[in-house]
Amino acid sequence: MLQFPKWKIVMVLLVALCGAIWAAPNLLPRETTDRMPSWWQPVSLGLDLQGGSYLLLEVDTAYIKREHLSGMVEALRATLRKEKVRYSELGSSQDNVKVRISDEAERERVRPELRKIDPEALMDVSSDGMFVFTYSEQATAKRINQAVEQSIGIVRRRVDELGTREPSIQRQGADRIIVQLPGVKNPEHIKSLLGKTAKLTFHLVDDTASPEDAARGRIPPGSMLLPSAESGRGQPIQYVVRKRVEVGGDLLTDSQATFQNGQPVVSFRFSVAGGKRFGDTTSANAGKMLAIVLDEKVISAPRINEPILGGSGIISGSFTVQDANDLALLLRAGALPAPLQVLEERTVGPDLGADSIQAGAIASGVGLITVIVFMVLIYGTLGLLANVALVLNLVILLALMSVLGATLTLPGIAGIVLTMGMAVDANVLIYERMREEQKAGRGLISTVQVAFERAFGTILDANLTTLAAAALLFQFGSGPVRGFAVTLSLGLLSSMFTAIMVTRLMVGTWIRVRRPKTLPL
Amino acid sequence: MSFYGNFIAHTPKFDFVGKRIPAFILTAALIIGTFVSIATKGFNFGIDFAGGILIEVQATDGPANIAKMRDQLGNLSLGEVSLQQFGESGRDVMVRVQKQDGDEKAQMAALAKVKETLGSGYDYRRVEIVGPKVGDELKRDGVLAVALSVLAIAAYVWFRFEWQFGVGALIATFHDVILTFGFFSVTGMEFNLTSVAAILTIAGYSINDTVVIYDRVRENLRKYKSLSIYELLNLAVNETLARTFLTVATVFLTVVSLLVLGGEVLHGFAASLLWGLVVGTFSSMYVALPVLIYFNLRVGKDREEDEAAAQAAP
Repeated sequence: MLQFPKWKIVMVLLVALCGAIWAAPNLLPRETTDRMPSWWQPVSLGLDLQGGSYLLLEVDTAYIKREHLSGMVEALRATLRKEKVRYSELGSSQDNVKVRISDEAERERVRPELRKIDPEALMDVSSDGMFVFTYSEQATAKRINQAVEQSIGIVRRRVDELGTREPSIQRQGADRIIVQLPGVKNPEHIKSLLGKTAKLTFHLVDDTASPEDAARGRIPPGSMLLPSAESGRGQPIQYVVRKRVEVGGDLLTDSQATFQNGQPVVSFRFSVAGGKRFGDTTSANAGKMLAIVLDEKVISAPRINEPILGGSGIISGSFTVQDANDLALLLRAGALPAPLQVLEERTVGPDLGADSIQAGAIASGVGLITVIVFMVLIYGTLGLLANVALVLNLVILLALMSVLGATLTLPGIAGIVLTMGMAVDANVLIYERMREEQKAGRGLISTVQVAFERAFGTILDANLTTLAAAALLFQFGSGPVRGFAVTLSLGLLSSMFTAIMVTRLMVGTWIRVRRPKTLPL
Repeated sequence: MSFYGNFIAHTPKFDFVGKRIPAFILTAALIIGTFVSIATKGFNFGIDFAGGILIEVQATDGPANIAKMRDQLGNLSLGEVSLQQFGESGRDVMVRVQKQDGDEKAQMAALAKVKETLGSGYDYRRVEIVGPKVGDELKRDGVLAVALSVLAIAAYVWFRFEWQFGVGALIATFHDVILTFGFFSVTGMEFNLTSVAAILTIAGYSINDTVVIYDRVRENLRKYKSLSIYELLNLAVNETLARTFLTVATVFLTVVSLLVLGGEVLHGFAASLLWGLVVGTFSSMYVALPVLIYFNLRVGKDREEDEAAAQAAP
């Protein structure tokens, strides 16, 4: 019992040393740790401690499905017109697209053409000439998955453009995105930017129908009625524009906010392909009006005075400087494939975070001191040894959290405080066992040996059951509560090490050096 | 010899098992009380589960005029709006707005309205919005976490001990969980995600306590073959009483420091842990242990050992 293998002593000392090294950055000021390597950093603080904003976004998957089906409808319409086939009942429902071609000869003629439109679609033709296009679950899931991935990329670009410090953007589940913005105190601006799809398209204005006619339901086929983004100041409230997209915002390469005649405007530049299409459109339609449409609203509809061949242009509207900056940012970052909705928001101001850290630190300090005093009062010298193990336990816990990159939250601090109370339980179990064995008349060495052996099983069982509860908390908890589960679990694991290995080493060494006749219990 | 060594020189001889009937009656009364309270009063669900908006504001100059705030926000027709002043300076106010009808956008609109109405002069220290969709999911996850952890704990005890102990642990853990729910219902304290963490911590702590006693029962079963189960159970709990007392004391000290010094956010958490400490310790000694007397602990064990002996004999 009193002789330990060399490797055990070395291991305990090594663990203690590593713990001290990795826990050390937590004591240093931030300016110092910022310059230290990434493997030697203090524990990262959750948003509830450092202040910041947590947003849970959801991608509108129904919109993606709908968009895709209506795209299919337009593709069918174009093909059938090109082939000059008579059709009826073309339209989409919840999960399929239908069109009826009554003439059997025509039906057979275009069948291969229709099948080619979308290789992912399953085509079914009934005997009365109804074509039904459906999509398999996998195809739909794949499309949604792509849209979510694409959304994450665009959210990241938009957030990065705002220059937020160390934002974290993660996917959660099938259609959710978690955005964490440390240091952001008021997320309203970011929320409004993320809430915009920013789909920019250029359409020709249909001058064969006035908005008044269209409002009364007389919309020419192939055109649509769109509201104006900004009413008043002599601008019409609605526009009738062609459905056909002349050029899309996906062909933009750059966009900047700038000034024209003292007014904030947004300049843009097309890619080579986009520039050519823009040039062609403006050449062929000189004198007509070109509507600039953002998210189904017409920003402005300037008259095309001359062909624009340089591949760049300017969007003017009644913008404030902020509006122009935002629009330029959105155009640079690209359009979202589907609208995003904020499901959950949690924002903590930096002051409250700092207050929480202070309260947590004081509570931990006072908790630690009372436990230390209590253990010395109850167990004397052995209590002192238990306290060394307790402090080492905290050091190892802090080091583990720093190394593993675990996040410390306010409930996490509560977990640490609670761990202190529960960590000494292992020592109490061992010492109480020693007391019993000594009373039963065992010799000193045998008492210590038996106490450690018997207490070990109890400690293991007791801690593993608590760990089971903590693991489930981690699995089902979210955010700060997860932080609690992490600190509690790591604390329990390191307390098993310190109570069993470290305390044993210390008690053994102490007996060898001081050679007491009985244990002071 | 230390101060405490003198104090607890002999193993106590309290008759815990003999008091099981009054203990069971007390337990049953508390559980019935819990169900009555849940049925009639229900829970004060926080926004994590109910959905809605929580805003913590601090008036930038001087104490907050809560009457004026209540007036302003009451006229917004946002449904139930509750305000609560806290902290020593009187500058901190917690504003809770009930979940708005409609989808997620309605919640955001309500927040904008509140901010606009309060205007400047307030520092927004915390803003939390939980939409209806997430609220339902968090509720489901919370229920699942509690139910699964109770089962996992019982399964572990069953695996490590005999089935009788598993059943005992299951009953005791259920007891703790139900009474903690009762605590939240009776006190009307806000029930939120942190409360779920508190319940699981209590379950974990209490089983820790129970396992220590069970471990001693198992050991004594092997050691004292002739002792009656009644005496054996009493011996186990008395032998571990010193440990129970000391561990409760250290955990108590740390939880109290959390309660007093941990700040507003952790206050409810610490208060429920304190309750759990009492309930958990009680259930280990008066519920988990005495129920073992109704299961025949010796039968299975003895038969196994007899068979082993029979096989070993020539």
